[in-house]
Amino acid sequence: MEHKASVLENLADVRAMIKRHKRNDTLFAAIGLLCLMFGLVTLMLLFWQLIADGYPKFNIDFLTEFPSRRAGRAGLLSAWVGSLLVMVVTFLTAVPVGVAAGLYLEEYAPKNWFTDLIEINVSNLAGVPSIIYGLLALGLFVYMLDFGQSILTAGLTLGLLILPIVIVSTREAIRSIPVSIREAAYGVGATKWQVVYDHVFKYSYGGILTGIIIGMARALGETAPIITIGALTFIAFLPPSPITTEPPFLNFEWLSSGFTVMPIQMFNWLSRPDHAFHVNAAATGALIIIVTLLMNGTAIWLRYKIRKNIKW
Amino acid sequence: MKTSLFRNTLMAALIAQAFTFAHTAAAADKIIKIDGSSTVYPITEAVAEEFQRAKGVKVTVGESGTGGGFKKFCRGETDISDASRPISQKEMDACKEGGVQFIELPIAYDALTVVVNGKNDWVKQITVAELKKIWEPGSKVKNWKEVNATYPDKPLNLYGPGTASGTFDYFTEAVNGKAKASRTDYTPSEDDNVLVQGVSGNTGGLAYFGLAYYLENTDKLKAVPIVAKEGAKPVLPSEATVMDGTYQPLSRPLFIYVNATAAAFRPEVKAFVNYYLENAPELVKEVKYVPLPKADYTAVKEHFKAMKPGTGFNGTSEVGIKITDLLSRIK
Repeated sequence: MEHKASVLENLADVRAMIKRHKRNDTLFAAIGLLCLMFGLVTLMLLFWQLIADGYPKFNIDFLTEFPSRRAGRAGLLSAWVGSLLVMVVTFLTAVPVGVAAGLYLEEYAPKNWFTDLIEINVSNLAGVPSIIYGLLALGLFVYMLDFGQSILTAGLTLGLLILPIVIVSTREAIRSIPVSIREAAYGVGATKWQVVYDHVFKYSYGGILTGIIIGMARALGETAPIITIGALTFIAFLPPSPITTEPPFLNFEWLSSGFTVMPIQMFNWLSRPDHAFHVNAAATGALIIIVTLLMNGTAIWLRYKIRKNIKW
Repeated sequence: MKTSLFRNTLMAALIAQAFTFAHTAAAADKIIKIDGSSTVYPITEAVAEEFQRAKGVKVTVGESGTGGGFKKFCRGETDISDASRPISQKEMDACKEGGVQFIELPIAYDALTVVVNGKNDWVKQITVAELKKIWEPGSKVKNWKEVNATYPDKPLNLYGPGTASGTFDYFTEAVNGKAKASRTDYTPSEDDNVLVQGVSGNTGGLAYFGLAYYLENTDKLKAVPIVAKEGAKPVLPSEATVMDGTYQPLSRPLFIYVNATAAAFRPEVKAFVNYYLENAPELVKEVKYVPLPKADYTAVKEHFKAMKPGTGFNGTSEVGIKITDLLSRIK
């Protein structure tokens, strides 16, 4: 009796408490939404402004013309080709090295102080300002290895820059594979490599790919390290074509060619006195954001698609 | 999955092989390499664009700044270096060490322009002494009233280029009497458009930068006529006043430094420099800088033809120097 009475007595208090807690719930949800909107709306507004400013330059000519002193004639051709070729080198260096390093650290490396040291270093490297990579590359690639101010140097520099991202995301993707899968594979007599390649790598492929694409999207927008290694600003010709009509059909001269990339071209146009150039800069900025969004979108889509095909 | 991994490994192998190719290719092509000052960049870019169109020789232009450009130039990495100030003693030593001889060619003028907000209706002219009072190291001037007693009681907000800029060096030399000596409590930016925005958004603002940035923003900014000496006439920066030498002390020559060996032994470099000097009068004007007087271009052309290496300066810039005097110093 007494017990029942006390509950009834406190009922109002309990209700008040529940109400208060529910209010906190709503409050936090509102704050969270506000924070989310803050980031999202800022990006949208920036993006919208770039599109509104750069709108007159959204045409094919802008992509097929070389830079020029006349804003109306100036285009992005050497910049986007430069960006593309640099990205190719970055991809071909960062991906094999990064994925292999991630697989090794997660599946093969013994747990000792040395591996710990490497792990701490990799995580730290992900936070090093990009200009530091530029300085390292200037000393190492440009002068010591004598690669010059070339596409090769830029690609390797950005490759180094995104290497930690690739390694970390590879490891995280691998970690999401349940131990039972490995145990099952070992149970039927698979070797370590068979387990790693046929199961661990295949199932984590989507996650790894996401990391790679996000890393590449970051590399695409990098300016500081590329300026440090000495990218050009005016270049009105394209590097030699990587594919030739004569055997061996591949040509590597483009690797040693001078180049410029989209963010540098944008920076140059933005610092011009003539306002017409600022339109070009806005259009370039919009293009970079669109490409980055597309890359990230592809990453999400691929991850979704690959995950759907995994049937455990 | 298997095939794509195989493809990756193959490509990695190809990249590795490409390292060996990378060197041999560079020497063969005939590319004229230019780097240096971002102030001179628009002029060189215009010439490079036209030259490439007309002669089909490849030209690349970078903008590492005057100092950064000389570093590459003195190591022999570039054929021509753009400079918004004369070569310094340190850079001359570096060039000597790198075995690089250079030919110094003035190619245009830039007029450093003192600007105020478009709504500023009290400043009709400014003397160099007043500028010095504002900009000298340790200056405490924070109000227009302190510049001149007849001016209203308005806060004075200063904007200027960063300390790494050649514009900063020349302005401080011309106004404060010593390069790099300046008060430091102003808003600096390496990007002149930021300075334009600063002054156009601030009624009491004052800044200095190259003439081109003023000419593109005459709707928001006002250029202030400069009084060189007590009792002299105030002079506005313009093509005419710079060319006839009355806009003093803030007009400065811009240079290109040509690698003498490249000029002597590589016909395309020689052709490019000749094309540069031939077309400078129109192209310089087109990118909103001030060309040298006709006679001076002739003198500079002669100077290049004679291939006289060396500088007319002693490693420091001089204010108000005549081009012909400068050239005649190099024997």
